[in-house]
Amino acid sequence: MQINSPNFKARSTAEIANTGLQKALVRTRPRFPAARAAAVEKLPEFEQLRDIGRDIKNHTLANLDFYLETWERNVLNAGGHVHWASTAEDARKIVLDICQRVGAKTVTKGKSMISEELSINEHLEKHGITPVETDLGEYILQIRKEAPSHIIAPAFHLNREDWEESFRKVHTDLPADRTFNERRDILIEARTRLREKFLAADVGITGANFLIAETGSNVIVTNEGNGDLTQTLPKVHIVLASIEKVVPTLEDACNMLRLLARSATGQDMSVYTTFSTGARRPGDLDGPEEYHVVVVDNGRSAMIGTEFQEMLRCIRCAACMNHCPVYQTVGGHSYGWVYPGPMGSVLTPSLIGVDKAGHLPNASTFCGKCESVCPVKIPLPKLMRHWREREFERHLQPMGVRTNLALWAFVAKRPGLYRLATRIAAKGLALLAGRKGRFSSLPFAGGWTKGRELPAPEGDTFFARYAKQQRGEA
Amino acid sequence: MSRDAIFSAIRRGLRRGELPADQTLGLYARLNAHPRHLIPARSRLPHPQQVDLFLRNLEKEFGTYNRVMRARDVPAAIADYLASQNLPTEMAIAPHPELRAIDWSSRPMITLREGRAEASDLVAVQHGYAAIAETGTLMLPASPQRPTTLNLLCDTEIVVLRASRVVGAMEEAWDMLRYEREGMVAGNFLPRNVMFVTGPSRSADIESTLELGAHGPRRLHVVLIDDTAG
Repeated sequence: MQINSPNFKARSTAEIANTGLQKALVRTRPRFPAARAAAVEKLPEFEQLRDIGRDIKNHTLANLDFYLETWERNVLNAGGHVHWASTAEDARKIVLDICQRVGAKTVTKGKSMISEELSINEHLEKHGITPVETDLGEYILQIRKEAPSHIIAPAFHLNREDWEESFRKVHTDLPADRTFNERRDILIEARTRLREKFLAADVGITGANFLIAETGSNVIVTNEGNGDLTQTLPKVHIVLASIEKVVPTLEDACNMLRLLARSATGQDMSVYTTFSTGARRPGDLDGPEEYHVVVVDNGRSAMIGTEFQEMLRCIRCAACMNHCPVYQTVGGHSYGWVYPGPMGSVLTPSLIGVDKAGHLPNASTFCGKCESVCPVKIPLPKLMRHWREREFERHLQPMGVRTNLALWAFVAKRPGLYRLATRIAAKGLALLAGRKGRFSSLPFAGGWTKGRELPAPEGDTFFARYAKQQRGEA
Repeated sequence: MSRDAIFSAIRRGLRRGELPADQTLGLYARLNAHPRHLIPARSRLPHPQQVDLFLRNLEKEFGTYNRVMRARDVPAAIADYLASQNLPTEMAIAPHPELRAIDWSSRPMITLREGRAEASDLVAVQHGYAAIAETGTLMLPASPQRPTTLNLLCDTEIVVLRASRVVGAMEEAWDMLRYEREGMVAGNFLPRNVMFVTGPSRSADIESTLELGAHGPRRLHVVLIDDTAG
């Protein structure tokens, strides 16, 4: 996918003024947190399950080579094929080679963020193969040539009128004057159209929520059933999975599954949770004849052993973005690449470079909500702070920011000077503000006062009041 | 070679070479023991209550059911359900011995075709392997007797399940499969695919609002045979 992360500031400013997105945000904002909270309340053990989930992932990452080798051996024993891809380019080539070898014309696709990361669709199209996204949200985005704005609700930013307009534009064989009385009519039209695609496809490509070392399986989780139709009907099933998806055993997967759906949509369990192991067996009446897994690194192995290793625990539930005040204001497209929200603000600089994605870890209030809802307890604010430090060390910020930070640091490291400066500033500002007690414009604070007034300090500084209180005067 | 590059990068990150043999043995021991983690208390119940919990959760997830006393009551239960929903009585049915053992001639209106589901089939009858009370989930491992397409292609999926196959948690459902298939199957005990199904297909992709019947079945109906009563 094209990288637009360097333009975060301009994109987020535009998105705040995007009435369609803001309408969608108002609608969606309360829903995911309420659903998650209700699901968690009904499961008193949830906090313990989070600790176990974190520990399972940490154990797996500490022995990642062993578990990947074990997983690979078990895939091969089950008659599957494993392909290793260091880079996105390697992965694209492997997928294209398989599709070309079997003479594929159309390829159905289950929802997969790694497929976005690898730009699989563009590559197949360039070589005359038609990819068809089958997740309802991904399908409309493919029609509209848009990127997903959320990792589990990719088209939440669209409104009904957008769906209707797009369907009229591409489903031209249907009567132009048909009516969409309710959302259901949109769904039925998509179901009918995509059913034809499922039946005609030569290859099905899905992602993987987990790989199971013990059995050589991959797991996908969907509510629509599109992933299962994608991997069951065509003669070839290709799984795209990144290296950190592996967990040791089925029992480990059980724990992760108890966390995943609750953190994502507030369901106890997604509608379809499917463990696939190899290709069609003797006597089976359905299922693919070939089963391939493309294991993708694309920058992840370089995170191991660094302070960002913890990010590799992520199970892509989207709880962090569902609870993030920044994401919930600027939407997913602002972030400019595949992964938005707090998890994206940590992962994106790791995968495409902090020079391109430096704005992302800065776009946080550090309220800590993301960490508090993360099912595997990734310390997202801490990791974003690490990226800010790296950005500063590498002199990637503009000169003005660095000068002001240096000036602030100089004063902050000298307590006497700091107290004097804050006392003067507090008194001075109070005096300047006069009886109104607020500023509607102030030099160097235009960014704030353009949208709202700045309240003037009242009375003493914190230090002065604290000292007074200690003396028992307050 | 990507494979070598990936493994060396991982080991470089972990600041070690290949794992020493004693540590590898420890990891194999964990794989072989595949220890359970915490199982939530909600499904730790006597079996009859687990069955009730399964049915409650199935309904919460928009599934429906009826309970029958004997296997021979299944055709009538299915016919009644289809009539109540104004559905046709032609069905694709799993070629499973337990379903074959049922005398379907008691309901001559029902037309059965054994095998996988085809695009034109509207109703599927599947054999339920096990069910999980904790979440209201059906466990449907693929086999020649239990084709996967029956779970996916038809508008209506009917699953015939024996009450004795209801367990509390997913871990217990896996144990059932391990116990019944390990040794029987060389190497890996898992069939090509194991589907866990919790209610009918759905989507909230249009305006974050839930609609049933996305790509899979619009209706999921369980006929539960009470084979535990005695």
